[in-house]
Amino acid sequence: MNIIVCIKQVPNTTDVKIDPETGRLKREGVESIVNPFDEYAIEEAVRFKEKYPGSTVTAISMGPPQAESALRQAISVGVDKGVLVCDRVLGGADTLATSYALSQAIKTLGAFDIIFCGKQATDGDTAQVGPAIAEALNIPHVAYVRKVESSDGKTIKVERLMEDGYDVIETNFPLLLTVVKEINTPRLPSLKGKMAAKKAQILTLTAADMKCDESRCGLKGSPTQVMKIFTPPQRQGGQKFTGGPEELAKTIVGKFKEIGII
Amino acid sequence: MSSISVLKDKCVGCGQCQQVCPFGAMSLVDGIATVDLNKCTYCGSCVDVCPTAAIVLKKDEAKAGIDKADYKGVWVYAEQRHGEISGVVFELLNEGKNLAKQLNVPLSCVLIGHNIKDKAADLIKRGADKVYVCQDPILAEFQDDPYSGILTQLIQKEKPEIVLMGATNIGRSFASRVAARISTGLTADCTALEIDPETRNLRQTRPAFGGNIMATILTPNHRPQMATVRHKVFKEAKIDENAKGEIIDFTADMSKILNRTKFLQFVKDETSHINIADADVIVSGGRGVGGKDGFKLITEFADLLGAAVGASRAAVDSDWIAYSHQVGQTGKTVAPKVYIACGISGQIQHLVGMSSSDVIIAINKDPSCPMMQIATYSLEGDLFEIIPQIIKEIKASRS
Amino acid sequence: MEYFLTEEEQMMIETARAIAIEKMKPVREHYDEKEEFPWEIVKEFAQGDLCGVYIPEEYGGFGKGIMGLVLVVEELCKVDGAIALSLAATALGTLPILIAGNEAQKKKYLPDIASGKKLAAFGLTEAGAGSDATGMATTAIKDGDYYILNGTKCFITNGGDAETYTIFAKTNPQRGARGISCFILEKGMKGFDFGKKEKKMGIRASSTRELIFNECKVHKDQLLGKEGHGLMIAQATLDNSRPGVAAQALGIAAGALDEAVEYARKRVQFGQPIASFQSIQHMLADMATEVEAARALLYATARMIDANLNKPPREQKRTSKESAMAKLFCSETAMKVTTNAVQIFGGYGYSREYPVEKMMRDAKITTLYEGTSQIQKNEIALNLIKESAAKDK
Repeated sequence: MNIIVCIKQVPNTTDVKIDPETGRLKREGVESIVNPFDEYAIEEAVRFKEKYPGSTVTAISMGPPQAESALRQAISVGVDKGVLVCDRVLGGADTLATSYALSQAIKTLGAFDIIFCGKQATDGDTAQVGPAIAEALNIPHVAYVRKVESSDGKTIKVERLMEDGYDVIETNFPLLLTVVKEINTPRLPSLKGKMAAKKAQILTLTAADMKCDESRCGLKGSPTQVMKIFTPPQRQGGQKFTGGPEELAKTIVGKFKEIGII
Repeated sequence: MSSISVLKDKCVGCGQCQQVCPFGAMSLVDGIATVDLNKCTYCGSCVDVCPTAAIVLKKDEAKAGIDKADYKGVWVYAEQRHGEISGVVFELLNEGKNLAKQLNVPLSCVLIGHNIKDKAADLIKRGADKVYVCQDPILAEFQDDPYSGILTQLIQKEKPEIVLMGATNIGRSFASRVAARISTGLTADCTALEIDPETRNLRQTRPAFGGNIMATILTPNHRPQMATVRHKVFKEAKIDENAKGEIIDFTADMSKILNRTKFLQFVKDETSHINIADADVIVSGGRGVGGKDGFKLITEFADLLGAAVGASRAAVDSDWIAYSHQVGQTGKTVAPKVYIACGISGQIQHLVGMSSSDVIIAINKDPSCPMMQIATYSLEGDLFEIIPQIIKEIKASRS
Repeated sequence: MEYFLTEEEQMMIETARAIAIEKMKPVREHYDEKEEFPWEIVKEFAQGDLCGVYIPEEYGGFGKGIMGLVLVVEELCKVDGAIALSLAATALGTLPILIAGNEAQKKKYLPDIASGKKLAAFGLTEAGAGSDATGMATTAIKDGDYYILNGTKCFITNGGDAETYTIFAKTNPQRGARGISCFILEKGMKGFDFGKKEKKMGIRASSTRELIFNECKVHKDQLLGKEGHGLMIAQATLDNSRPGVAAQALGIAAGALDEAVEYARKRVQFGQPIASFQSIQHMLADMATEVEAARALLYATARMIDANLNKPPREQKRTSKESAMAKLFCSETAMKVTTNAVQIFGGYGYSREYPVEKMMRDAKITTLYEGTSQIQKNEIALNLIKESAAKDK
């Protein structure tokens, strides 16, 4: 089985600090990590490989040359190959242009059976790229998958997490799944994996390699434009209460009444 | 290709561009601003702040090859689940009405499902001028293929200029397919919408980086302008029993509708009787709750307030409560009227999921933890002592 | 301090650190409290390829020697010195096979240990034979192609949970030190049972049991090395394994030091962090210096052992003295540093809510097993005298 997992390198939000004076994001020393949701996608892809011996998992990432380290990290937990989609022409892409470029990369690599994506990236938080890749490749997708119930290699039954529970959906290969955290616990890198990751050759694809239509790449291929970026006003702390439990309870129940929730 | 460069003779090395760049792409090298092209997304934040106009940005623009004047009207996708209209739809109708008024166009709804037509009247009472209804047995439950196929056909036929959808699991799953099929812009998870009166463009503001920055997005040359909008951001439209509107049956060309998935069944989450995304009040527990037994106290407290139960990642990862309750970056984003954080220290990943709540109440032993710092009201002490007292107090005030 | 570790050594540390922090840290209190064997973590060691770092590549390991073992054990023990023992004690039980096993024995047993599928244990100590191994009462009497084992071993780490055991018994009780032989036994053999599980002060996530042999019939193919060479095998094993105990001690000490520094920075008394008081600063400075000295001695010893093992057998020298020094210094350091860490934490340090009291309990065993500190001193002194006497010749 040819398994593909799409991953993104994002800044580690744990490191992101707000400068108290300017109220701006401090980016110095912020580490780049694999998008946390993509870790679940990688793990599910590797589990699929283990279920179908002879399978290969290829991780694809679009980004700057530094994003190679995200691909190596994927290899350290069991992914076989890494492909970096990297070209200045692709810079400034919105979700539509990004999904176009990734779908071209997938087409360039040849036949595939299943594509895994994390439900969304933690920097952009759009959750749009996965379904849009499926659209570009003209295959079905199921988003927010919390469990693969069964799969016989031809059809697959998955649970789709919804606000009020979950739906059980059946579909055929090839397909794309976007996964939520609940689906698995990602494994840690193994020593063999780390060594393989270090040695691995990362394939780099340019827009020309993927026969991209330049009018669909980068800013040119992005219907949406960023008009402005600003820092929201920081939330200010409010009243602090200390004292015995009874006193605190009386105070807060008074506040509940003021707010009108009781 | 887009390009960005710094005019070295104009740059005074003030470093403002470096400070403002949300992507860490600007730095000062030998006192001159320098752009890391691998990080730059051409957003233009630096150009706006540069006091000497030393940064030259040439942005490629996407051309759509359409006449924008052909596109008229504001649409709201009337999401339904198991035959009930989702709460976010009424909020979208309220905001949609404002936008439609400014643009002087009608407000329409799209209702897709099976045996659902009777719900169209509710949408009219909430302000829709028109409701397009598309019914078919295969539309009984949400599936991406047929739903995206029908919405695409309808958009291509009727040409609205704005399409708003709820940023729900359904909305976010199939809006992207629709936008990709008609090659238009889609902005996810908006929290503010505004019309530019000159261009009729929709200014779509959304949080990014987990709410640490806000971005205003335009779809200048493509139509419709599509956006998913976060639940609980806008107030629900009021019911007007006398409102009039038109109900239009839409007969889709079913031969062109794909249906590659099969809906087998729905399994309700029995652990929560109130969905945290819908709740006005959330009582949430973290590491300080200590275990499954501790969550019984949280649940009792929540039940008393008619609130939903939320949890931090630490509590979910320790198996004290199901993942569907998790608030934060890897869980759900919520914005209730009141968020009561019990024993949650407030890691940034949690804060991004709830910091836009109207009122935050924190109960924690550690007064210096981040949650206690941002809370509207912070109570310092042991939650196991304070919560039982609050429960007692509420019961007393009610009897 | 910079130890010029190779890239592969760095990778072993990173792999171990990730498991320690993400998997062990959340459960360390649970296993200490419940005294359960940490199977879920053993699986993580296996999945991370840590179980075979010291086993040669031809038997499924990574061939990174005692240095590899030391780095992994130290890193794991920074978080928990008890859970990590499942791996470290397996190494102790495996070393006799590595040292004295024939090709067939190595092929049969090492790959499963390297992959983490099976754990091993080392059975030397008896109720009446602690520091003095020659006092053992377990016998292995030859009967045709078999040896019949009778007797009881005690305080056996991984006892009952391991699958593979290297057991020392007297094949010729009349010959004293030269009458001891070593055998490989498997869990489930007829006549091989487990006795009571010890209740201990520390390392509670590690199982310590009696091994009971009652007319246990062991085929002669299970004999390691030659009959009568058992004590030599045991000594060679300890020369190689004591750095593992030293690494455990060092890891516990380093972990306690980190906890103490962090706590001292955050704990405010008299209106300022206690780290600003010179008395605390001096304690931390002593602790850090001792830990670094222990590490330097241990790494040098481990590298010496590995270099020695890579030489042709004729050129190899015993490393008993250096191993004993590393174990003595690291374990005594662990005791001092963890005791001082508890001191810096004050009353909180004595409470089970903070990890340092457990570190102090876990540290104590390192001055006791695989030879007490006093036995290490005997070994060191004996070698000093031998070396001096050799100069006279």
